Amino acid sequence: MFGLFESRSDLPLRTDASRRFLPWLVALNVYLAALALAGLMALGDAVSAWDKGLTGAMTVQIPAPVSKDGDRVTDNAPRVARALEVLRAQPGVAAANALSRSEMAALMEPWLGSAGGLVAELPLPALIDVQLRDSAGINAEGLQSVLAAAVPGATVDDHKKWLDRLLLLIHSVELVAAAVVLLVAGAAIATVIFITRTGLSLHQDVISLLHVIGAQDDYIAKQFQSQALALGLKGGAIGFLLAALTLGGLGLLAGRLGSQFLPPLSLGPLQWLLLAGLPLAVALIGMATARFTVMRTLARLP
Amino acid sequence: MRYGVGPEVLHDVNFALAPGSFHFLVGPSGAGKSSLLRLMYLAHRPSRGLITLFDRDIATTPRHELPELRRKIGVVFQEFRLLDHLSVLDNVALPLRVAGMGEKQLKDYAEELLSWVGLADHMQARPAILSGGQKQRVAIARAVISRPKLLLADEPTGNVDDKIALRLLYLFEELNKLGTTIVIATHNEALISRFGHPQLHLENGELSVRAAGKRGA
Repeated sequence: MFGLFESRSDLPLRTDASRRFLPWLVALNVYLAALALAGLMALGDAVSAWDKGLTGAMTVQIPAPVSKDGDRVTDNAPRVARALEVLRAQPGVAAANALSRSEMAALMEPWLGSAGGLVAELPLPALIDVQLRDSAGINAEGLQSVLAAAVPGATVDDHKKWLDRLLLLIHSVELVAAAVVLLVAGAAIATVIFITRTGLSLHQDVISLLHVIGAQDDYIAKQFQSQALALGLKGGAIGFLLAALTLGGLGLLAGRLGSQFLPPLSLGPLQWLLLAGLPLAVALIGMATARFTVMRTLARLP
Repeated sequence: MRYGVGPEVLHDVNFALAPGSFHFLVGPSGAGKSSLLRLMYLAHRPSRGLITLFDRDIATTPRHELPELRRKIGVVFQEFRLLDHLSVLDNVALPLRVAGMGEKQLKDYAEELLSWVGLADHMQARPAILSGGQKQRVAIARAVISRPKLLLADEPTGNVDDKIALRLLYLFEELNKLGTTIVIATHNEALISRFGHPQLHLENGELSVRAAGKRGA
Protein backbone atom coordinates (compact mmCIF):
# COMPACT_ATOMS: atom_id res chain seq x y z
CA MET A 1 0.00 0.00 0.00
CA PHE A 2 2.89 2.35 0.63
CA GLY A 3 3.84 2.15 -3.02
CA LEU A 4 0.92 4.50 -3.57
CA PHE A 5 2.89 7.31 -2.00
CA GLU A 6 5.90 6.89 -4.23
CA SER A 7 5.95 8.70 -7.52
CA ARG A 8 7.91 7.30 -10.45
CA SER A 9 11.60 7.93 -10.02
CA ASP A 10 14.41 8.54 -12.49
CA LEU A 11 16.86 7.82 -9.70
CA PRO A 12 17.42 4.15 -8.77
CA LEU A 13 16.51 4.84 -5.15
CA ARG A 14 14.54 1.60 -4.88
CA THR A 15 17.75 -0.42 -4.95
CA ASP A 16 19.48 1.53 -2.16
CA ALA A 17 20.39 -0.37 0.98
CA SER A 18 18.96 2.51 3.02
CA ARG A 19 15.52 1.53 1.75
CA ARG A 20 15.74 -1.65 3.78
CA PHE A 21 16.78 -0.22 7.14
CA LEU A 22 15.27 3.29 7.16
CA PRO A 23 11.72 2.07 7.95
CA TRP A 24 13.02 0.10 10.94
CA LEU A 25 14.97 3.08 12.24
CA VAL A 26 11.87 5.24 11.86
CA ALA A 27 9.78 2.52 13.53
CA LEU A 28 12.14 2.51 16.51
CA ASN A 29 12.06 6.30 16.74
CA VAL A 30 8.27 6.45 16.51
CA TYR A 31 7.94 3.65 19.07
CA LEU A 32 10.12 5.47 21.61
CA ALA A 33 8.52 8.84 20.89
CA ALA A 34 5.01 7.35 21.21
CA LEU A 35 5.82 5.80 24.58
CA ALA A 36 7.40 9.02 25.84
CA LEU A 37 4.50 11.11 24.55
CA ALA A 38 1.94 8.72 26.03
CA GLY A 39 3.75 8.90 29.37
CA LEU A 40 3.79 12.68 29.12
CA MET A 41 0.06 12.86 28.44
CA ALA A 42 -0.88 10.29 31.11
CA LEU A 43 1.22 12.07 33.75
CA GLY A 44 -0.29 15.40 32.73
CA ASP A 45 -3.75 13.96 33.31
CA ALA A 46 -2.69 12.38 36.60
CA VAL A 47 -1.24 15.65 37.86
CA SER A 48 -4.37 17.62 37.07
CA ALA A 49 -6.52 14.87 38.66
CA TRP A 50 -4.45 14.93 41.85
CA ASP A 51 -4.29 18.70 41.87
CA LYS A 52 -8.02 19.02 41.30
CA GLY A 53 -8.80 16.39 43.95
CA LEU A 54 -6.63 17.87 46.64
CA THR A 55 -6.92 21.59 46.07
CA GLY A 56 -9.81 22.98 48.12
CA ALA A 57 -9.78 20.02 50.49
CA MET A 58 -8.17 19.43 53.88
CA THR A 59 -8.02 16.52 56.29
CA VAL A 60 -8.43 17.05 59.99
CA GLN A 61 -7.02 14.41 62.30
CA ILE A 62 -8.40 14.02 65.81
CA PRO A 63 -6.22 11.69 67.92
CA ALA A 64 -8.05 9.38 70.32
CA PRO A 65 -7.82 10.69 73.90
CA VAL A 66 -5.98 8.59 76.44
CA SER A 67 -7.22 8.04 80.01
CA LYS A 68 -5.55 9.90 82.83
CA ASP A 69 -3.50 6.91 83.85
CA GLY A 70 -2.44 6.50 80.21
CA ASP A 71 -3.52 2.88 79.98
CA ARG A 72 -6.57 2.95 77.73
CA VAL A 73 -8.13 4.91 74.91
CA THR A 74 -11.32 6.71 75.76
CA ASP A 75 -14.24 7.61 73.52
CA ASN A 76 -13.27 10.04 70.73
CA ALA A 77 -16.84 10.78 69.56
CA PRO A 78 -17.41 13.94 71.65
CA ARG A 79 -14.15 15.49 70.38
CA VAL A 80 -15.10 14.66 66.79
CA ALA A 81 -18.56 16.14 67.27
CA ARG A 82 -17.03 19.29 68.76
CA ALA A 83 -14.53 19.56 65.88
CA LEU A 84 -17.31 19.15 63.30
CA GLU A 85 -19.27 21.84 65.03
CA VAL A 86 -16.33 24.26 64.96
CA LEU A 87 -15.46 23.42 61.38
CA ARG A 88 -19.02 23.82 60.06
CA ALA A 89 -19.20 27.19 61.74
CA GLN A 90 -16.28 28.47 59.62
CA PRO A 91 -17.50 30.61 56.68
CA GLY A 92 -14.90 29.15 54.30
CA VAL A 93 -15.90 25.52 54.94
CA ALA A 94 -18.41 24.07 52.49
CA ALA A 95 -18.65 20.66 54.12
CA ALA A 96 -17.04 18.69 56.91
CA ASN A 97 -17.67 14.97 57.33
CA ALA A 98 -16.07 12.46 59.61
CA LEU A 99 -14.96 9.22 58.00
CA SER A 100 -16.91 6.23 59.26
CA ARG A 101 -15.23 3.18 60.80
CA SER A 102 -15.84 1.19 57.59
CA GLU A 103 -14.29 3.97 55.45
CA MET A 104 -11.27 3.95 57.74
CA ALA A 105 -11.04 0.17 57.44
CA ALA A 106 -11.16 0.50 53.63
CA LEU A 107 -8.29 2.99 53.75
CA MET A 108 -6.22 0.65 55.90
CA GLU A 109 -7.08 -2.43 53.90
CA PRO A 110 -4.07 -2.31 51.54
CA TRP A 111 -1.76 -2.48 54.57
CA LEU A 112 -3.70 -4.47 57.15
CA GLY A 113 -5.89 -6.67 55.01
CA SER A 114 -9.62 -7.08 55.35
CA ALA A 115 -9.54 -8.21 58.98
CA GLY A 116 -12.15 -5.74 60.24
CA GLY A 117 -11.64 -6.77 63.89
CA LEU A 118 -8.04 -5.62 63.93
CA VAL A 119 -8.93 -2.17 62.61
CA ALA A 120 -11.69 -1.87 65.23
CA GLU A 121 -9.25 -2.59 68.06
CA LEU A 122 -6.57 -0.15 66.92
CA PRO A 123 -6.50 3.33 68.59
CA LEU A 124 -6.89 5.07 65.22
CA PRO A 125 -7.35 8.84 65.09
CA ALA A 126 -10.62 10.09 63.68
CA LEU A 127 -10.40 11.71 60.23
CA ILE A 128 -12.59 14.55 59.01
CA ASP A 129 -12.75 15.37 55.34
CA VAL A 130 -13.12 19.13 54.92
CA GLN A 131 -14.25 20.67 51.63
CA LEU A 132 -13.46 24.35 51.36
CA ARG A 133 -15.72 26.91 49.76
CA ASP A 134 -12.89 29.16 48.72
CA SER A 135 -9.37 27.94 49.19
CA ALA A 136 -7.98 31.48 49.09
CA GLY A 137 -9.96 32.53 52.14
CA ILE A 138 -8.77 29.88 54.55
CA ASN A 139 -5.50 28.08 55.19
CA ALA A 140 -4.37 25.08 57.20
CA GLU A 141 -2.58 27.15 59.89
CA GLY A 142 -5.61 29.42 60.46
CA LEU A 143 -8.00 26.48 60.68
CA GLN A 144 -5.69 24.59 63.00
CA SER A 145 -5.42 27.50 65.49
CA VAL A 146 -9.23 27.82 65.60
CA LEU A 147 -9.64 24.06 66.01
CA ALA A 148 -6.84 23.52 68.56
CA ALA A 149 -8.57 25.83 71.03
CA ALA A 150 -11.75 23.70 70.91
CA VAL A 151 -10.21 20.24 70.39
CA PRO A 152 -6.68 19.98 71.78
CA GLY A 153 -4.37 17.80 69.71
CA ALA A 154 -6.33 18.21 66.45
CA THR A 155 -4.15 18.70 63.39
CA VAL A 156 -5.01 20.01 59.92
CA ASP A 157 -3.29 18.76 56.76
CA ASP A 158 -3.84 20.55 53.47
CA HIS A 159 -1.62 17.93 51.64
CA LYS A 160 0.38 20.82 50.15
CA LYS A 161 3.80 19.54 51.18
CA TRP A 162 3.11 16.05 49.84
CA LEU A 163 1.51 17.37 46.66
CA ASP A 164 4.36 19.83 46.03
CA ARG A 165 6.94 17.05 46.27
CA LEU A 166 4.88 14.77 44.05
CA LEU A 167 4.37 17.51 41.48
CA LEU A 168 8.09 18.25 41.45
CA LEU A 169 8.80 14.58 40.79
CA ILE A 170 6.17 14.35 38.08
CA HIS A 171 7.27 17.56 36.37
CA SER A 172 10.84 16.20 36.33
CA VAL A 173 9.60 12.99 34.71
CA GLU A 174 7.60 15.08 32.23
CA LEU A 175 10.73 17.05 31.34
CA VAL A 176 12.66 13.82 30.76
CA ALA A 177 9.84 12.47 28.57
CA ALA A 178 9.75 15.71 26.56
CA ALA A 179 13.53 15.52 26.17
CA VAL A 180 13.18 11.94 24.90
CA VAL A 181 10.62 13.08 22.29
CA LEU A 182 12.97 15.86 21.15
CA LEU A 183 15.99 13.54 21.07
CA VAL A 184 14.06 10.96 19.06
CA ALA A 185 12.98 13.67 16.59
CA GLY A 186 16.59 14.81 16.37
CA ALA A 187 17.78 11.25 15.76
CA ALA A 188 15.16 10.80 13.02
CA ILE A 189 16.26 14.02 11.32
CA ALA A 190 19.94 13.05 11.54
CA THR A 191 19.16 9.61 10.08
CA VAL A 192 17.28 11.09 7.13
CA ILE A 193 20.08 13.61 6.48
CA PHE A 194 22.67 10.82 6.51
CA ILE A 195 20.63 8.57 4.22
CA THR A 196 19.79 11.39 1.82
CA ARG A 197 23.43 12.43 1.58
CA THR A 198 24.40 8.82 0.96
CA GLY A 199 21.80 8.67 -1.81
CA LEU A 200 23.06 11.91 -3.33
CA SER A 201 26.58 10.58 -3.28
CA LEU A 202 25.61 7.15 -4.68
CA HIS A 203 23.60 8.63 -7.53
CA GLN A 204 25.87 11.55 -8.31
CA ASP A 205 26.17 10.51 -11.98
CA VAL A 206 22.42 10.31 -12.51
CA ILE A 207 21.86 13.61 -10.72
CA SER A 208 24.56 15.28 -12.79
CA LEU A 209 22.91 13.94 -15.98
CA LEU A 210 19.46 15.16 -14.91
CA HIS A 211 21.02 18.53 -14.12
CA VAL A 212 22.64 18.77 -17.56
CA ILE A 213 19.46 17.89 -19.43
CA GLY A 214 17.65 20.71 -17.66
CA ALA A 215 16.13 19.30 -14.47
CA GLN A 216 15.31 21.91 -11.84
CA ASP A 217 16.59 21.18 -8.33
CA ASP A 218 12.97 20.77 -7.29
CA TYR A 219 12.50 17.90 -9.81
CA ILE A 220 15.39 15.95 -8.25
CA ALA A 221 14.44 16.86 -4.67
CA LYS A 222 10.90 15.56 -5.19
CA GLN A 223 12.23 12.08 -5.92
CA PHE A 224 14.17 11.98 -2.64
CA GLN A 225 11.34 13.50 -0.60
CA SER A 226 8.77 11.05 -2.02
CA GLN A 227 10.99 8.18 -0.98
CA ALA A 228 11.53 9.66 2.49
CA LEU A 229 7.77 10.15 2.93
CA ALA A 230 6.91 6.61 1.81
CA LEU A 231 9.58 4.96 3.97
CA GLY A 232 8.75 7.26 6.90
CA LEU A 233 5.06 6.34 6.76
CA LYS A 234 5.88 2.66 6.52
CA GLY A 235 8.27 2.77 9.49
CA GLY A 236 5.98 5.12 11.41
CA ALA A 237 3.02 2.77 11.06
CA ILE A 238 5.09 -0.16 12.34
CA GLY A 239 6.39 1.90 15.28
CA PHE A 240 2.91 3.17 16.18
CA LEU A 241 1.44 -0.32 16.05
CA LEU A 242 4.11 -1.68 18.38
CA ALA A 243 3.67 1.30 20.73
CA ALA A 244 -0.12 0.82 20.76
CA LEU A 245 0.33 -2.84 21.71
CA THR A 246 2.80 -1.90 24.46
CA LEU A 247 0.54 0.84 25.85
CA GLY A 248 -2.45 -1.49 25.71
CA GLY A 249 -0.50 -4.09 27.69
CA LEU A 250 0.65 -1.52 30.26
CA GLY A 251 -2.91 -0.21 30.59
CA LEU A 252 -4.10 -3.74 31.30
CA LEU A 253 -1.45 -4.21 34.01
CA ALA A 254 -2.25 -0.80 35.57
CA GLY A 255 -5.95 -1.71 35.58
CA ARG A 256 -5.21 -4.82 37.65
CA LEU A 257 -3.54 -2.70 40.36
CA GLY A 258 -6.79 -0.95 41.16
CA SER A 259 -7.19 2.77 41.57
CA GLN A 260 -6.48 3.23 45.29
CA PHE A 261 -2.94 4.40 44.71
CA LEU A 262 -2.92 5.90 41.26
CA PRO A 263 -5.16 8.17 39.28
CA PRO A 264 -6.21 6.62 35.93
CA LEU A 265 -3.18 6.35 33.62
CA SER A 266 -5.17 5.50 30.49
CA LEU A 267 -5.33 7.72 27.38
CA GLY A 268 -8.46 9.32 25.98
CA PRO A 269 -9.58 9.20 22.32
CA LEU A 270 -8.07 12.61 21.59
CA GLN A 271 -4.74 11.51 23.02
CA TRP A 272 -4.79 8.33 20.93
CA LEU A 273 -5.51 10.49 17.90
CA LEU A 274 -2.51 12.64 18.78
CA LEU A 275 -0.34 9.52 19.07
CA ALA A 276 -1.66 8.25 15.73
CA GLY A 277 -0.53 11.54 14.19
CA LEU A 278 3.04 10.81 15.29
CA PRO A 279 3.95 8.55 12.29
CA LEU A 280 2.60 11.18 9.91
CA ALA A 281 4.50 13.93 11.70
CA VAL A 282 7.75 11.92 11.61
CA ALA A 283 7.22 11.07 7.92
CA LEU A 284 6.58 14.73 7.10
CA ILE A 285 9.65 15.80 9.08
CA GLY A 286 11.66 13.17 7.16
CA MET A 287 10.28 14.44 3.85
CA ALA A 288 11.09 18.06 4.68
CA THR A 289 14.56 17.09 5.87
CA ALA A 290 15.27 15.13 2.68
CA ARG A 291 14.11 18.05 0.55
CA PHE A 292 16.18 20.57 2.51
CA THR A 293 19.28 18.35 2.30
CA VAL A 294 18.94 17.80 -1.47
CA MET A 295 18.19 21.44 -2.25
CA ARG A 296 21.18 22.56 -0.20
CA THR A 297 23.50 20.10 -1.92
CA LEU A 298 22.22 20.86 -5.43
CA ALA A 299 22.62 24.59 -4.85
CA ARG A 300 26.36 23.98 -5.06
CA LEU A 301 26.04 22.77 -8.67
CA PRO A 302 26.50 25.41 -11.41
CA MET B 1 38.66 27.71 -17.41
CA ARG B 2 40.28 25.64 -14.68
CA TYR B 3 39.22 22.71 -12.47
CA GLY B 4 39.58 23.65 -8.81
CA VAL B 5 43.05 25.10 -8.22
CA GLY B 6 44.58 23.23 -11.18
CA PRO B 7 46.13 24.85 -14.24
CA GLU B 8 44.01 26.72 -16.77
CA VAL B 9 42.64 24.16 -19.23
CA LEU B 10 41.30 26.73 -21.68
CA HIS B 11 42.40 30.31 -22.25
CA ASP B 12 42.09 32.90 -25.00
CA VAL B 13 39.19 30.93 -26.48
CA ASN B 14 37.10 33.29 -28.53
CA PHE B 15 34.49 32.22 -31.06
CA ALA B 16 30.89 32.67 -32.08
CA LEU B 17 28.61 30.05 -33.61
CA ALA B 18 26.07 31.27 -36.11
CA PRO B 19 22.59 29.80 -35.57
CA GLY B 20 22.15 26.76 -37.80
CA SER B 21 25.89 26.26 -38.32
CA PHE B 22 27.75 22.93 -38.26
CA HIS B 23 31.26 22.68 -36.80
CA PHE B 24 33.69 19.94 -35.98
CA LEU B 25 35.65 20.46 -32.79
CA VAL B 26 39.08 18.95 -33.35
CA GLY B 27 42.42 18.81 -31.63
CA PRO B 28 44.77 16.36 -29.95
CA SER B 29 43.77 14.41 -26.86
CA GLY B 30 43.92 16.59 -23.75
CA ALA B 31 43.57 19.79 -25.76
CA GLY B 32 40.41 20.70 -23.82
CA LYS B 33 37.64 19.65 -26.24
CA SER B 34 35.54 18.00 -23.55
CA SER B 35 36.12 20.95 -21.19
CA LEU B 36 34.95 23.38 -23.87
CA LEU B 37 31.85 21.27 -24.44
CA ARG B 38 31.20 21.17 -20.67
CA LEU B 39 31.28 24.95 -20.64
CA MET B 40 28.90 25.05 -23.59
CA TYR B 41 26.36 22.68 -22.06
CA LEU B 42 26.55 24.63 -18.78
CA ALA B 43 27.96 21.85 -16.62
CA HIS B 44 30.73 24.23 -15.60
CA ARG B 45 31.01 27.93 -15.10
CA PRO B 46 34.09 29.64 -16.54
CA SER B 47 36.64 30.84 -13.98
CA ARG B 48 36.94 33.99 -16.08
CA GLY B 49 35.66 35.28 -19.39
CA LEU B 50 32.24 35.61 -20.96
CA ILE B 51 29.84 33.04 -22.40
CA THR B 52 26.76 34.23 -24.23
CA LEU B 53 24.25 31.54 -25.09
CA PHE B 54 20.92 32.18 -26.79
CA ASP B 55 21.54 35.92 -26.24
CA ARG B 56 21.94 35.42 -22.49
CA ASP B 57 25.10 36.24 -20.55
CA ILE B 58 25.60 33.06 -18.53
CA ALA B 59 27.51 34.82 -15.74
CA THR B 60 24.61 37.12 -14.97
CA THR B 61 21.78 34.64 -15.62
CA PRO B 62 20.20 33.60 -12.30
CA ARG B 63 20.84 29.96 -11.42
CA HIS B 64 17.16 29.00 -11.47
CA GLU B 65 16.89 30.16 -15.11
CA LEU B 66 19.77 27.97 -16.31
CA PRO B 67 17.70 24.73 -16.59
CA GLU B 68 15.52 26.45 -19.19
CA LEU B 69 18.65 27.22 -21.26
CA ARG B 70 19.98 23.66 -20.77
CA ARG B 71 16.78 22.28 -22.26
CA LYS B 72 17.66 24.04 -25.51
CA ILE B 73 20.92 22.08 -25.65
CA GLY B 74 21.19 18.42 -26.62
CA VAL B 75 24.28 16.55 -25.54
CA VAL B 76 25.69 13.25 -26.79
CA PHE B 77 28.24 12.10 -24.26
CA GLN B 78 31.34 10.17 -25.20
CA GLU B 79 30.48 7.43 -22.71
CA PHE B 80 26.72 7.66 -23.51
CA ARG B 81 25.66 8.13 -19.87
CA LEU B 82 22.49 6.11 -20.29
CA LEU B 83 20.62 5.18 -17.12
CA ASP B 84 20.85 1.40 -16.79
CA HIS B 85 17.87 1.10 -14.43
CA LEU B 86 15.53 2.71 -16.99
CA SER B 87 14.27 1.22 -20.25
CA VAL B 88 15.50 2.54 -23.58
CA LEU B 89 12.16 4.32 -23.99
CA ASP B 90 12.43 6.02 -20.58
CA ASN B 91 16.03 7.02 -21.28
CA VAL B 92 15.05 8.72 -24.52
CA ALA B 93 11.97 10.33 -22.96
CA LEU B 94 13.92 11.73 -19.99
CA PRO B 95 14.50 15.29 -21.32
CA LEU B 96 10.78 15.64 -22.09
CA ARG B 97 9.81 14.29 -18.67
CA VAL B 98 12.21 16.71 -16.98
CA ALA B 99 10.63 19.52 -18.99
CA GLY B 100 7.22 18.53 -17.63
CA MET B 101 5.60 16.99 -20.73
CA GLY B 102 2.65 14.62 -20.17
CA GLU B 103 3.38 10.88 -20.07
CA LYS B 104 1.23 10.00 -23.09
CA GLN B 105 2.74 12.64 -25.34
CA LEU B 106 6.34 11.98 -24.36
CA LYS B 107 5.84 8.25 -24.88
CA ASP B 108 4.51 8.88 -28.39
CA TYR B 109 7.48 11.13 -29.23
CA ALA B 110 10.02 8.68 -27.83
CA GLU B 111 8.49 5.73 -29.70
CA GLU B 112 8.49 7.65 -32.95
CA LEU B 113 12.12 8.71 -32.55
CA LEU B 114 13.28 5.24 -31.54
CA SER B 115 11.61 3.82 -34.64
CA TRP B 116 13.42 6.44 -36.71
CA VAL B 117 16.82 5.43 -35.32
CA GLY B 118 16.02 1.75 -35.87
CA LEU B 119 15.43 0.71 -32.26
CA ALA B 120 11.70 0.07 -32.36
CA ASP B 121 12.28 -3.51 -31.20
CA HIS B 122 14.34 -2.46 -28.19
CA MET B 123 12.11 0.12 -26.52
CA GLN B 124 11.62 -1.82 -23.32
CA ALA B 125 15.16 -3.21 -23.21
CA ARG B 126 17.67 -2.06 -20.64
CA PRO B 127 20.70 -0.24 -22.07
CA ALA B 128 23.08 -2.79 -20.54
CA ILE B 129 22.09 -5.42 -23.09
CA LEU B 130 22.53 -3.16 -26.14
CA SER B 131 25.57 -3.09 -28.40
CA GLY B 132 27.83 -0.03 -28.54
CA GLY B 133 26.19 1.20 -31.72
CA GLN B 134 22.70 0.76 -30.29
CA LYS B 135 23.64 2.63 -27.13
CA GLN B 136 25.05 5.39 -29.28
CA ARG B 137 21.75 5.71 -31.12
CA VAL B 138 19.81 5.79 -27.84
CA ALA B 139 22.13 8.53 -26.60
CA ILE B 140 21.61 10.51 -29.78
CA ALA B 141 17.84 10.02 -29.66
CA ARG B 142 17.83 11.33 -26.09
CA ALA B 143 19.90 14.34 -27.16
CA VAL B 144 17.61 15.31 -30.02
CA ILE B 145 14.15 14.41 -28.71
CA SER B 146 13.45 17.88 -27.39
CA ARG B 147 14.46 19.47 -30.72
CA PRO B 148 17.40 21.36 -29.21
CA LYS B 149 18.67 24.59 -30.74
CA LEU B 150 22.23 23.49 -30.07
CA LEU B 151 23.51 19.92 -30.30
CA LEU B 152 26.88 19.07 -28.78
CA ALA B 153 28.40 15.66 -29.36
CA ASP B 154 31.57 14.41 -27.74
CA GLU B 155 33.21 11.73 -29.93
CA PRO B 156 29.84 10.36 -31.06
CA THR B 157 31.52 8.02 -33.55
CA GLY B 158 34.17 6.76 -31.16
CA ASN B 159 32.45 3.47 -30.39
CA VAL B 160 30.92 2.54 -33.73
CA ASP B 161 32.23 1.22 -37.02
CA ASP B 162 32.71 3.46 -40.06
CA LYS B 163 29.38 2.53 -41.61
CA ILE B 164 27.39 3.50 -38.53
CA ALA B 165 29.58 6.56 -38.02
CA LEU B 166 28.66 7.73 -41.49
CA ARG B 167 24.95 7.15 -40.81
CA LEU B 168 25.19 9.10 -37.58
CA LEU B 169 26.83 12.03 -39.35
CA TYR B 170 24.04 12.03 -41.95
CA LEU B 171 21.55 12.06 -39.06
CA PHE B 172 23.28 15.11 -37.59
CA GLU B 173 23.22 16.79 -40.99
CA GLU B 174 19.47 16.19 -41.22
CA LEU B 175 19.02 17.84 -37.83
CA ASN B 176 21.24 20.70 -38.93
CA LYS B 177 19.03 21.22 -41.97
CA LEU B 178 16.09 21.57 -39.58
CA GLY B 179 17.91 24.51 -37.94
CA THR B 180 19.87 22.92 -35.10
CA THR B 181 23.35 24.33 -34.53
CA ILE B 182 25.78 21.43 -34.26
CA VAL B 183 29.23 21.02 -32.75
CA ILE B 184 30.84 17.59 -32.93
CA ALA B 185 34.08 16.84 -31.12
CA THR B 186 35.88 14.11 -33.02
CA HIS B 187 39.23 12.60 -33.92
CA ASN B 188 37.85 10.96 -37.04
CA GLU B 189 39.86 12.67 -39.84
CA ALA B 190 38.08 10.64 -42.51
CA LEU B 191 34.69 11.97 -41.47
CA ILE B 192 35.95 15.52 -41.12
CA SER B 193 37.35 15.56 -44.61
CA ARG B 194 34.34 13.76 -46.05
CA PHE B 195 31.81 16.28 -44.72
CA GLY B 196 34.05 19.33 -44.96
CA HIS B 197 32.35 21.47 -42.30
CA PRO B 198 34.35 24.29 -40.64
CA GLN B 199 36.53 23.25 -37.72
CA LEU B 200 37.17 24.66 -34.29
CA HIS B 201 40.74 23.62 -33.67
CA LEU B 202 41.86 23.40 -30.06
CA GLU B 203 45.48 23.00 -29.12
CA ASN B 204 47.28 23.84 -25.87
CA GLY B 205 44.09 25.37 -24.53
CA GLU B 206 43.84 27.87 -27.41
CA LEU B 207 41.27 27.83 -30.19
CA SER B 208 41.46 28.72 -33.86
CA VAL B 209 38.73 28.50 -36.49
CA ARG B 210 39.40 26.77 -39.79
CA ALA B 211 37.13 27.43 -42.74
CA ALA B 212 35.04 24.74 -44.37
CA GLY B 213 36.93 22.35 -46.58
CA LYS B 214 35.85 20.75 -49.80
CA ARG B 215 33.18 18.13 -49.27
CA GLY B 216 34.36 14.63 -50.12
CA ALA B 217 32.44 11.84 -51.78
